Amino acid sequence: MGKKRGRIFSKILLGITMLFFYLPILYIILFSFNSSRSLTKFEGFSLRWYEKMFSSNTMMEAVLYTVVIAVIATVISTIVGTLAAIGLSRSRRVLRNVVEQVNDLPIMNPEIVTAIGLLMFFSALGISKGFTTLLLAHIMFCTPYVILSVTPKLRSLDPNLVDAALDLGATPIQALMKVVVPQIMPGIVSGALIAFTMSFDDFIISYFVTGNGVNNISILVYTMSKRINPSINALSTLVIGLITVALIMMNIIPVIKEKRRKKQV
Amino acid sequence: MRQFRSMVYPYLIWCSIMVVLPMLLILLYAFTGEGNDVTSFRFTFANFIRFFQDAVFLDVLKRSLVIAIWTTIICVLLGYPIAYVIASGKEKSKMFWILLITLPTWINMLVRTYAWMGILQDEGLLNRVLGFFGIGPFHMMHTTFAVVLGMVYNFIPFMILQIHASLAKMDKSLLEAAQDLGANSVQSFMRVTLPLSLPGVLSGITLVFLPAVSSFFIPKLLGGGQYVLIGNVIETQFLTSGDWNFGSAISMIMAVIIMLSMYLTRKVDTDPAANGRRRS
Repeated sequence: MGKKRGRIFSKILLGITMLFFYLPILYIILFSFNSSRSLTKFEGFSLRWYEKMFSSNTMMEAVLYTVVIAVIATVISTIVGTLAAIGLSRSRRVLRNVVEQVNDLPIMNPEIVTAIGLLMFFSALGISKGFTTLLLAHIMFCTPYVILSVTPKLRSLDPNLVDAALDLGATPIQALMKVVVPQIMPGIVSGALIAFTMSFDDFIISYFVTGNGVNNISILVYTMSKRINPSINALSTLVIGLITVALIMMNIIPVIKEKRRKKQV
Repeated sequence: MRQFRSMVYPYLIWCSIMVVLPMLLILLYAFTGEGNDVTSFRFTFANFIRFFQDAVFLDVLKRSLVIAIWTTIICVLLGYPIAYVIASGKEKSKMFWILLITLPTWINMLVRTYAWMGILQDEGLLNRVLGFFGIGPFHMMHTTFAVVLGMVYNFIPFMILQIHASLAKMDKSLLEAAQDLGANSVQSFMRVTLPLSLPGVLSGITLVFLPAVSSFFIPKLLGGGQYVLIGNVIETQFLTSGDWNFGSAISMIMAVIIMLSMYLTRKVDTDPAANGRRRS
């Protein structure tokens, strides 16, 4: 009796939780197809807000900036982070502790503190706010996450493998590319994905360090949401769609790889 | 194995420039007055004194703390049963629910907060659903309720995931042992499950409290322009009034509060473990 009641209770609880999490997301997707301006009354299906979004230069520019910055920041932070993590795994303990502490700073600090620090830093150097500052900031806050996701893979790596490769005549770069990197690839890939979504979704740091009309999607949503503007719904739906596709790929690719490996065996 | 050691140095240099230097700049600005140049620093506590002598700023600080504490309490009270229910399920359903809880956190926070604006409006979805049951309508937008709701919505996944992780790690045979020794389900929960999941609760608390106390777009979107929290004050100092010294001082005050609260939760965290060890 008690067990059955408990099961019903847990089903209801999980149901309400999912409703709470997904209702706003579904709501915004639904209203992006609304034919009227209203955010509360659905008056019929239309694509006019999507037309408006695609014909709006500011919106398309923001999408472009967001994607370009996310791609460049991901590539650079993945390379830098992976190399640093490999170096770190071979470093003396004192140095490793120092770097790990510094690495934790952008993760542990409230984003707004990182943001104002960067803002003052860029202005002290006289770099004008815009694309460059945005990109540098994104590389700065993405790299620690790459290091965090690569490091555990390095810990489980057999150190003798590199020595064996070197004894067999591989150059250090060959040993790195052919022995170390393939073994830690899952960590690198998940680090890159975290970096991409962090950059793609970032608002606070971007908002403080950008300028000269360079906006990303989040900044645009923030500045436009002060007045009712249903094209934000369309833009939001686009963002939700893109991230969902990325997440599905992230979850499916390992499964496919696993299947292929099984087939080969 | 030393071949790759030098690869850490470029990152160390990059970090010192891009991470450490900006932090030092905040310190420098917080303790100096306006209009100094590189050659003449005049150290002063004026920025801090200004903050603590102004009732308006103190009110804002108090409100930010109260809202962050409420958000954290609600996240624990709602997050714990959710995590508990998930953790007591089967392995496959566990993974499924955890994935469903994680998914929204990957979607832009700003977009998800904006989504609530339509739901919370006077003729919005929530009021219409409540009206169906003959309750309301309530004015919800631009109230403390809306701000706390937005924060709980954004931050509760962190709490659920942390508590779930510590519950999943728990050794189930301990519960059986408790029951064999005559404990009823309430007793075995209070004396076995709860103490063992406490570390998860505590790290969840830091993960919720930290963004809640420093958030500035949730109060702006759901609380309206008049709703000012400490994050909004910092934003204004930097982006509107341009008083970087005062803004740096405020963010230092905020950072100290956050560090203190993290220190306190860590201290609580080590205490029960130490007690447990002593008892055994």
